[in-house]
Amino acid sequence: MKRIYLDYAATTPTHPEVVQAMLPYFTDDFGNPSSIYSYGQEAKAAIKKARGNVAGLINARDEEIIFTSGGTEADNFALKGVVFANDNKGNHIITTTIEHHAVLETCKFLEKRGSTVTYLPVDSYGMVNPDDVKKAITNKTILISVMHANNEVGTIEPIAEIAKIAREAGVYFHTDAVQTAGHIPVDVNKLGVDLLSMSAHKLHGPKGVGALYVRKGVKITPFIHGGGQENGRRSGTENVPGIVGFGKAAELARASLDVEAGRLILLRDKLIKGLLESIDHTRLNGHPVKRSPNNVNISVDFIEGESMCLNLDFEGICASTGSACSSASLEPSHVLLALGLRHEQAHGSLRFTLGKWTTEEEINQVLEILPKIVTKLRAMSPLYTKHS
Amino acid sequence: MSPAYSEKVMEHFRNPRNVGEMENPDGTGHVGNPVCGDIMELYIRVKDNVITDAKFKTFGCGAAIATSSMVTEMVKGKTIDEALKISNSTVAEALGGLPAVKMHCSVLAEEALQSAITDYLNKNSKNK
Repeated sequence: MKRIYLDYAATTPTHPEVVQAMLPYFTDDFGNPSSIYSYGQEAKAAIKKARGNVAGLINARDEEIIFTSGGTEADNFALKGVVFANDNKGNHIITTTIEHHAVLETCKFLEKRGSTVTYLPVDSYGMVNPDDVKKAITNKTILISVMHANNEVGTIEPIAEIAKIAREAGVYFHTDAVQTAGHIPVDVNKLGVDLLSMSAHKLHGPKGVGALYVRKGVKITPFIHGGGQENGRRSGTENVPGIVGFGKAAELARASLDVEAGRLILLRDKLIKGLLESIDHTRLNGHPVKRSPNNVNISVDFIEGESMCLNLDFEGICASTGSACSSASLEPSHVLLALGLRHEQAHGSLRFTLGKWTTEEEINQVLEILPKIVTKLRAMSPLYTKHS
Repeated sequence: MSPAYSEKVMEHFRNPRNVGEMENPDGTGHVGNPVCGDIMELYIRVKDNVITDAKFKTFGCGAAIATSSMVTEMVKGKTIDEALKISNSTVAEALGGLPAVKMHCSVLAEEALQSAITDYLNKNSKNK
């Protein structure tokens, strides 16, 4: 059976050209970039080139890119680094209820250590209101963190507007761009952000590497102490193959970004329209237009998401759900609840995220298969009987 | 998402036994709620103190559907007393085990069965 992978927001296959670019740095060019001999210097040059490519993707300067182990570390670094370095100024953070756990859990940790955090609500599309941000700012506010696009429902937040408010108030602004970098235009200057998180494996790079953009002049405490790598801000021998892979992936993403986004929006909208038309009692979650080009998130009434995912998996289709029947808390997705969905709607959510190798044929197959699965599960559901 | 289900769980999930409603059941159990994401309805037919048939309808995850299917299989042919001894761990064991985070689904299956039997006993005592 041919597999149809529609979970690109979870991770992407590493691009073959990226793998090729990485391979020499495991074997022939294995040197430590800190070493003085030529092996080390070749590795150092490779990192420099990669840094240029990653910086180029978001219109940053090379020295503003700090490589990390991934998006989660970049988010941890941004929040903890700014809070630790600016405690003389204040202890208040503003964020939203729909952030990734990498931000939310870090906020909870910081709250235990004396920070105060405002979690802003979102509207039914998952959109943050910039006015809410403005009103939440106090003279103790040191950081605002709002994600660029939500990983579950795809809503693209008004980052430039919020960043402007932050700048006028003299507050640092961080955005988690893990879902957008390499997928839609991300320009740190046009957006006006001070810190921005990225992850390589979401843009056809390898796992285990990401970056934090830190605008020149931002006060931030080093994240890992040691040998002084990454300008003293993130010590530890560099993940040379990973960084090289990230650089190559950034270069490839930048070259194909416009064409690819346009192609995916057509496929995305075809899938959304097809699902909403062919299955009754469904709704689109997230914003219909201000939306990641690759994100489709629907709620199917009367049935549960994991059951749908397992049935899709039987047909070779990989998708995900915001139902958290498998989490210890039994609580469904915090994002869907923040959008105002009822628990059973959140449990009945299904996310498809499209990518570089998604074809129209695959979309057609989902449109053919999912309605049958829904019919099968609804026939089993006591909620559906009560409704019909 | 994938909680690593046993083959037996997947087999029951893929081909659930005894799905559907029952006309005039002798006992009905209704447990769970939409908040936790699992709702089970279990119906039993009883003759001479023996459960002769069982059916279910379930809103829930893979484990919820598989445990519903398994418990309806297990109770058939059992006396009321025997059926009352079926616990959540008996159902989970019969399925080759459940992931720890899914054990609550087997509890729900046990509760659905107990609830259906209680309903039957209540109806029966009134008829006497």
